[in-house]
Amino acid sequence: MYPFQTIAIIGSLLLFVAIIDLVRRGLLKEKYSVLWLMSALVLLVLSIKKQILDTVAAYLGIAYPPSLLFLVAFLFVFLIVLHFSVVISVLHEKNKILAQELALLKDMMKDIPRDAFRREKDRQG
Amino acid sequence: MNTPGEKVLVIMPAYNEEASIGAVIDDVRRNAPQAGIIVVNDGSIDETESIASSKGVKVLTHPYNMGIGAAMQTGYIYALLNGYDVAVQVDSDGQHPADQIEILVRTLLENRADIVIGSRFLGGPGYRPTFARGIGITIFSRVVSAVLRTRLTDTTSGFRASGKRTIGFLSATYPEDYPEVESLVLLHKKGFSIMEAPVRMQRRSGGHSSISTADSVYYMIKVLLAIFVDLLKKV
Repeated sequence: MYPFQTIAIIGSLLLFVAIIDLVRRGLLKEKYSVLWLMSALVLLVLSIKKQILDTVAAYLGIAYPPSLLFLVAFLFVFLIVLHFSVVISVLHEKNKILAQELALLKDMMKDIPRDAFRREKDRQG
Repeated sequence: MNTPGEKVLVIMPAYNEEASIGAVIDDVRRNAPQAGIIVVNDGSIDETESIASSKGVKVLTHPYNMGIGAAMQTGYIYALLNGYDVAVQVDSDGQHPADQIEILVRTLLENRADIVIGSRFLGGPGYRPTFARGIGITIFSRVVSAVLRTRLTDTTSGFRASGKRTIGFLSATYPEDYPEVESLVLLHKKGFSIMEAPVRMQRRSGGHSSISTADSVYYMIKVLLAIFVDLLKKV
């Protein structure tokens, strides 16, 4: 086993454990951990099973197989960042709707004391 | 104003317009006495809210600044919730004289249009933009006219009147980046009828344009890009 392989295995194992731990402690929502877990698993498998890495690299015409690891890692990071951009856009829209509803609600609240006063007056005749 | 039976709402988005908003409210009251007025205070940090409230108009205050698009949308949501037939956008900086509101509303109702844009360039002189702004406005108008297959002269004008169908659509979807031009593209995609009416505009009595001359070219490219993205959107 080459030192590079050892480093890759330890690295992807650490990533995997770190993600599980973050989910366990509630710091990372399950929903957002899926892509991370998948990338850690794929990297782990490719690091342990050197044959897979070599075969796929040869098939793709990549001369230096470990660079396939970087390619896979990069693609996952790319996917994760894109996913976050979508999530942020959705959050932006929801945040706007909340603020707008808050503005409308604050306006309705202004009328409540007056309405209550009027009801009280009506009650007393 | 002569619009029997139609409930008209004037939507005034305002961001730090304490210098002009009081006068604009008075102007609208005088020239469009039957119309309701809603001020959407988009997180101003000056006296905009208290001045508008002291004039006795309804003020919706955003908890933080969200931009003109979100402010307009809040106004349209209010119009929808309160059953208004016509909504007129009027800037709080005094560049839209309230005596022109009637022209917009009349054009909208007479032609049964979905939206009427007040154009500075249809009716003789009065408003002269700076050179760079003029070029920008002309280019937008040409591109948007081509895209919408309707001749429009002033697509960046924020002085406009919307009918019921448009109020419904804009309360649900309002573009945020370049709302004036982009909303027209979306409304066109929706199959709504867009018209222009000649109006007079004034130089701003307070505040200043959100676009400086130096940024004009960059701004133009961004807007053109946004227009083409809008064309791909599902509405």
